[in-house]
Amino acid sequence: MTNTAISGKGRQAGKSARPGTFSLLLNNTLATAGLIILIAVCLLALAAPVLPLLNPDVTAPANRLLPVFSTGHLLGTDHLGRDLLSRLIWGTRVSLAVGVSATIIAAVFGSMLGLVAGYAGGRTDTVIMRGIDMVMAFPYILLALAIVAVLGPGLLNALYAIALVNIPFFARNIRGITLGLSRREFVDAARLSGKSPAQILFVEILPNVLPVIVITMSTTVGWMILETAGLSFLGLGAQPPQADLGSMLGEGRKILFTAPHVSIVPGVMIFVLVMAINLLGDGVRDILDPRLRAGSLTRPVARTVVLRNPADVPAPSGDENILDVRRLRTEFQIGGTVYHAVGGVDLALRQGECLGIVGESGSGKSLTAMSIMGLVPTPPGRIAGGAAYLEGEDLFAASDRRIRDLRGGSVAYVFQDPLSTLHPLFTVGNQLEEAIRTHQPLSRARTREKAIELLSLVRIPNPKERLTTYPHELSGGMRQRVCIAMALANDARVLIADEPTTALDVTVQSQILTLMNGLRRERNAAILFITHDFGVVSAICDRIAVMYAGRIVETGKTDDILASPQHPYTAKLIECVPVLGEPERRLDAIDGRPPVVNNLPEGCAFADRCPQAQSLCRTGEIELVAAGADRGVRCLFPMNREPSA
Amino acid sequence: MNDGREKTSGEDTLLTISDVERIFGGERRLFGGRAPAVHAVQSLSLSVRKGETLGVVGESGCGKSTLARLVVGLDDPTSGEIVFDGENLTDLARKDGNSLARKVQYVFQDPVASLNPRKTIRTILEAPLKHLTDLDKDGREKRLTELLQAVNLAPEFLERYPHEFSGGQAQRIGIARALAAGPELIVLDEPVSALDVSVQAQVLNLLDGLKKTFGLTYIFISHDLSVVESVCDRVAVMYFGRIAELGPARNVFGTPMHPYTDLLMRSAPAPGRHVLMAEDASAELPDPYNPPAGCAFAARCNRKTGACLDNLPAPDQAPGPDSGHIAACYHPLIEA
Repeated sequence: MTNTAISGKGRQAGKSARPGTFSLLLNNTLATAGLIILIAVCLLALAAPVLPLLNPDVTAPANRLLPVFSTGHLLGTDHLGRDLLSRLIWGTRVSLAVGVSATIIAAVFGSMLGLVAGYAGGRTDTVIMRGIDMVMAFPYILLALAIVAVLGPGLLNALYAIALVNIPFFARNIRGITLGLSRREFVDAARLSGKSPAQILFVEILPNVLPVIVITMSTTVGWMILETAGLSFLGLGAQPPQADLGSMLGEGRKILFTAPHVSIVPGVMIFVLVMAINLLGDGVRDILDPRLRAGSLTRPVARTVVLRNPADVPAPSGDENILDVRRLRTEFQIGGTVYHAVGGVDLALRQGECLGIVGESGSGKSLTAMSIMGLVPTPPGRIAGGAAYLEGEDLFAASDRRIRDLRGGSVAYVFQDPLSTLHPLFTVGNQLEEAIRTHQPLSRARTREKAIELLSLVRIPNPKERLTTYPHELSGGMRQRVCIAMALANDARVLIADEPTTALDVTVQSQILTLMNGLRRERNAAILFITHDFGVVSAICDRIAVMYAGRIVETGKTDDILASPQHPYTAKLIECVPVLGEPERRLDAIDGRPPVVNNLPEGCAFADRCPQAQSLCRTGEIELVAAGADRGVRCLFPMNREPSA
Repeated sequence: MNDGREKTSGEDTLLTISDVERIFGGERRLFGGRAPAVHAVQSLSLSVRKGETLGVVGESGCGKSTLARLVVGLDDPTSGEIVFDGENLTDLARKDGNSLARKVQYVFQDPVASLNPRKTIRTILEAPLKHLTDLDKDGREKRLTELLQAVNLAPEFLERYPHEFSGGQAQRIGIARALAAGPELIVLDEPVSALDVSVQAQVLNLLDGLKKTFGLTYIFISHDLSVVESVCDRVAVMYFGRIAELGPARNVFGTPMHPYTDLLMRSAPAPGRHVLMAEDASAELPDPYNPPAGCAFAARCNRKTGACLDNLPAPDQAPGPDSGHIAACYHPLIEA
């Protein structure tokens, strides 16, 4: 039941860390202004019957065309002597009601068509969508005019016409979303749970489409009000004497020059109303759209912010190291919570050496690697302490320009998913040549030669022809080879490989590992190899550092660690992996889950899951204690320790 | 080859797949001709015995997930027949999907994507109970508690949403959902490949326990040979839509006959193994739109002869020394 306790804590943290939808909306000044104006207009329109207004339809020819601010008529009167203020408020009421109802009708029918078309697919989809296309083939204001012409002028008919011409807009939007959702696994799962297609569509898919419908609605209401006004302006909507914003505008048109206020007053109201709705709609979209919500609105800076105490910068540990990371601490601040993702990591990489960082997801192994060249996004990340030295140069103190030169130059990265690392619209050759030219001033021909050299270096057959291929034309293994070639383009001293083979098949993985192993010997480059797989580690790494909850818990030569792990976590991690050829071995799972890094326990972070834990393990700071050459372990009661000589 | 099959399909056979083929594409085009077609699964024959765990291994694109979807009725075979417990599965799925779902269930690869983000765990787990069983409200409540207990989750998890769970917990929920209606066969499609190694072991042990408790039969699909070896009784190795080798797990992994199985085993990294394979960049799958006439593996095989390039080996071309161990190879690594 440790599970429950841990996730309970995590849940509370999640609640407090993420701002709510409404407070996000209020953060957006323009959207808030729109919201306030819209609420004010709506209240005014709703209150029309109880406000002390003159009857909007009573004509008084004696008082015709009174200017603004006349006594008894705040906004003046129109050509029939009717009170403009009263007509404006009643008219707004009508326009709002028509705009909103038309939006709702269009949303309901349009979304329904889109949902059915997207989910059913095949012939149903074709029939519905071609029908929609036919509606879209007409200029929609003409279509609305034609519909009103057939049905006869009138406010209700105008409403139908506008709703109808806007259905395609909803249908197309919703169909696209539904199409994506209906291929998702949870829909298959619902099918296997015995749900009927209708239940799947309305119970499983609809709730996921709802935000999109709301977004589309919020951006169309304003448009609908304009269209209603347009039809009324042409005399096809509200019929006299009923006031609506469009018909008021139409009536004022004839006397635009003699009494401009008659048309300006409703014009300003339309402008204010539509503007308010659009601002609010944009705000709502920014909040509900998951892509925007996921952080696209916060723009990370080009390099991780370094906030370390200048008086406390650790010195490099030795001269022979190419890369020397000392007491690195990387943190994330989300809301009021600080996540200590990397909590004081020491790493040293010698020339031509391959160091493996092993750990579960969330252990901070990728962040350690990203921190070195300042690739952790800020906000919310920051480097809170420590230093990273590349051949003696402090990377956290270097200028942005220098870091840009080093990235892809002396230090290169190879990431997990080659398909998302390579740009889909440029050929492999373009991308390779770009990588070369960024760092070396070579002629076009020479760059091309070099690109071919690189491709043959990573053993890609027919390198010359391959230059003109696009990433999607290559297999996963070939793409990863291209990524490695790009990383090697500028004679990198250090190659940081973040799970480079995890997305690949075993046979391809084995080839890539062989390739990387060969290249580091040929090029004498050091590799920082991040993985969760002990099998991969033993294939290529000279030394291993095992990470847990943002710290290194054990480090040493690969063979030593595999043969006699000293930290209980390392031992458990090795034991729980099935090994080919030993099917009888009982897998020894580690109970519980790693601690959340915003709330690390005192003492050893692994104590709660450790079979050997004692009360001493839960107090104080536990240091990484050296245990022989290249060996260190952060444990008070290490295992497999030979009696000290 | 049918003779070989007869022997294995005795009374205790739960599922028989005979000569199944699934083609994607190939529709008639508006202006004559046909769209290019891909054979995802080709002349595939298999049988699954009651109570066993059949492993299906192969690299991405070998058709193992298509096979899984065919078995649970999410997809129909283009030709061939799948018989579950004496009934034609395809007809059953078409006529009454729910009666098939009562017997065969599926566990998805991505545990979080298989749970609807806008539903609570209670709603997700209740769905199969509502639609597939005739339990009343109290009965469902009781069953929910049992299910959570079976997969080691605390009862208070019921009111939470999927995003609040870790991968391992989400996969337990996926397993609980598959168990809900009391199925006989569960198809596990890469159930642990999205999980961390420590969690992977927890889930594998859980699956092992559930199988014993509920008397289940598993089809376990994975690309990880060591996982398959540790949980499976029999193994089918797939390559390019066909079965390359089939047999008891201990024989297939102990004395592989097909060169592809051997290659897979040599490629699998293992702790403490330094040996890296020789460099070979041409090791790629054949073009699925233009499949080779002979053995699909021939291009990568160092034992190939003219026969391999011209003619397709039968699934039981090479019968192994032990019964039930067959390989589709003209030049197996060991001769019977």
